[in-house]
Amino acid sequence: MITVKFSASLRDLTGDDHEVLVDAPTVRRLIKVLDERYPGIGERLSEGTSVAINGEILPDALYEDIPDGAEVHFLATLAGG
Amino acid sequence: MTMTEDPTTAPSYKWVGSRSVRPDGLDKVTGKAQFGADLKLPNMLEGAVARSPHAHARIVSIDTSAAEAMAGVHAVITAADLPDLADAGSKTDDIFMSEKILARSKVLWEGHPVAAVAATSREIARAAADAIVVVYEALPHVLTVDEALADGAPVLHDAMITRGVEPAPEAASNAASRVVHERGDLDKGFADADTVLEREYTTKPVHQGYIEPHACVADANQDGRANLFVSSQGHFSLRAMTATTLGWSPSQLNVTPAEIGGGFGGKTTIYLEPLAVRLSAKSGRPVRLVMGRDEVFKATGPTSGSRMKIKMGVTNDGKITAAEVWMAFEAGAFPGSPVGAASMTAIACYDIPNFFVEGFDVVCNKPKVAAYRAPGAPIIAYGVESIVDELALAIDMDPIDLRLKNAAVEGTQASYGPEFPRIGFVETLEAIRDSEHYKSPVPEGYGRGVASGFWFNIGGNSTATVNINEDGNVNVIEGSPDIGGSRASMALFAAEEFGISVDRVSVKIADTQTVGFNDVTGGSRVTLATGKVVIDCCRSIKEDLRRRAAKTWDCEIDDVEWVEGQAQHVSGTETPLSLADLAAKAPRTGGPISVTQSENVRGAGAGFTTQLVDLEIDQETGVCRVARYTTAQDAGKAIHPSYVEGQMQGGVVQGIGWAFNEEYIHRSDGTLDNPSFLDYRIPVASDLPMIETIIVEVPNPNHPYGVRGVGEAGIVPPMAAIGNAIERATQCRLNNLPMSPIALLDAINRRG
Repeated sequence: MITVKFSASLRDLTGDDHEVLVDAPTVRRLIKVLDERYPGIGERLSEGTSVAINGEILPDALYEDIPDGAEVHFLATLAGG
Repeated sequence: MTMTEDPTTAPSYKWVGSRSVRPDGLDKVTGKAQFGADLKLPNMLEGAVARSPHAHARIVSIDTSAAEAMAGVHAVITAADLPDLADAGSKTDDIFMSEKILARSKVLWEGHPVAAVAATSREIARAAADAIVVVYEALPHVLTVDEALADGAPVLHDAMITRGVEPAPEAASNAASRVVHERGDLDKGFADADTVLEREYTTKPVHQGYIEPHACVADANQDGRANLFVSSQGHFSLRAMTATTLGWSPSQLNVTPAEIGGGFGGKTTIYLEPLAVRLSAKSGRPVRLVMGRDEVFKATGPTSGSRMKIKMGVTNDGKITAAEVWMAFEAGAFPGSPVGAASMTAIACYDIPNFFVEGFDVVCNKPKVAAYRAPGAPIIAYGVESIVDELALAIDMDPIDLRLKNAAVEGTQASYGPEFPRIGFVETLEAIRDSEHYKSPVPEGYGRGVASGFWFNIGGNSTATVNINEDGNVNVIEGSPDIGGSRASMALFAAEEFGISVDRVSVKIADTQTVGFNDVTGGSRVTLATGKVVIDCCRSIKEDLRRRAAKTWDCEIDDVEWVEGQAQHVSGTETPLSLADLAAKAPRTGGPISVTQSENVRGAGAGFTTQLVDLEIDQETGVCRVARYTTAQDAGKAIHPSYVEGQMQGGVVQGIGWAFNEEYIHRSDGTLDNPSFLDYRIPVASDLPMIETIIVEVPNPNHPYGVRGVGEAGIVPPMAAIGNAIERATQCRLNNLPMSPIALLDAINRRG
């Protein structure tokens, strides 16, 4: 199982859920599972989002593996100057 | 000065960490380097752009006939010559990008392009652009977030519904989106505090101030392809954006990177490129487009102006218990301010248990903002680091001690979500605290200020090829435009890996048809990411060289090791083979020696900095002189310390300009009043002392040499550090940028 922690910007879709336990081996699968639980979140998370897995921020992470026991955050896509 | 985490255990290198001669230096000082405007092709035309004189207006008609009839004019284009991406069902961001390049139905800021011309001389092109007759219906404009968010404000985009608000608003507004980060119990946090302060801050748009204006040369062919020569921070990204705007496939364009005369984030996007390609295609001749300085100011993206409201509480023993942050950032004419990054960086330096951070991206009638060094972070840090300093004053605590007491460390859950891995914020604070500068007494009449800053740094996509020449010298081919010394860093990596002199490595930044894809040079990513693929190439080649040596000696590869530039048999029975020896044998041991590596590089390491400034303040005039400035920044590992110091100093200098002088000044009609370096004053050498640097090295565990990235964090703290110094000397807190002599004198006079 992995722990997903939601930012406040997603609370309009996740309601009072600040974090959930999910069984998902990849980011793609995780988004699918979350979308079934929180309809509409899949579209929000699939574009313009980075994913932090155990503290490491990964852009373009849709096909990234997620190790069991990991903590996952969805963040805005980062760019720099 | 360099402070390494543990000098006794830090690896020692021969080339990495040395100050080699910069490989581009000779061409630049002898004038051989080719910048964006330097290419001249046979039959080349010169271009000019017709721009809106209005901040906000509907386009009633455009008549290009007079321009087209002028002798020497070969092509005139308007938005009708570009595909209408809205009709094509393209993504909203792409539609906005296309409308930024050429206005279609409305102009949204003074300087918005409406047409472009190619002619036999720049003078004729300019005259023809001026001869284009555009009939406008002027509309009311909004220039600031206050004006844009006011009730009844004119709305720039009729379909813009604020994202991130629940329930979604029914009416369109100028607020494009809202972002929120929160944790804990804000009321309890403020109740736990002994001192609570609440402040409001504003900042103005400021430009990156690169010395080289935007420039490009396009040469379209009859087969529907084109070559583009352009100064940018990312020729692959420019290829993609230009192709999208033209309705082309990226492969129809080959983009060659010119040398770049400064970017700082501002050259990660397109302005002239689709116009040049379209003009070239229409005229059948190469076309060069070069902006004037006034065009750079009026028509390219500065960073946001803003309004911020910050409330923060602290206990008497220095624990920050709560923070409430509200910010609204100007995006310019289209959504996309750096408010998202600002909301993530706002309080990221600190471990604060209770907070609510809210940000709004707001459009207004100014040029669309562009990235500028650590986009968003310096703006919000001006507010947060100012109020942190006021908290320290309020509880009579040393400002560095207060920061140390609340500093994020490895394992702290960052305010934006995940836990920090190994970071070096505390080390930067300690480096300043222990510096001779901080220990020295503050001279009479001076003010001393401290502030800190954070920037994420990123990884991303990079490709490199490493070739071994027949003489054993090394060619590195990569695709990351060099704006901060990356060619030197790549050469040092290769020299270190192969164990050869850095003089034997040459590095070339190749065009989009010669090397695989690379993300932009931005986000302080190139030394980390492109460096990683160059290192991987070198390591693959070393493996290949050992295999070739084993073949030569008829032994197993495990019997061969690579030591100081040569293959050695572990038994010592064979005469070592140098890189040149193995290169000479290459045809008989497997062919040319070359490796290409592509990777979406992970493992970026967060960057922190703490800075210290002494200001000499003339309280009769309000004039401040930066008497001394020291910056400590965690580089992870400084690959070329001179370049690292240059990045640290450059960020500070730009921040000093932002603090004291720089601002976009608009007239009431929405036009820009200071589009030149005479009236938009950036710091020059005579304004500044030598910026003292302390390179802190807390290695990034996810990079082979510990690199973090150093290009951006340095610009985050200066405005707050300077404001803090002013308050400590004058008891006047300036909450609006720029903190000009006029503003300070006014505050001093009000203080009495």
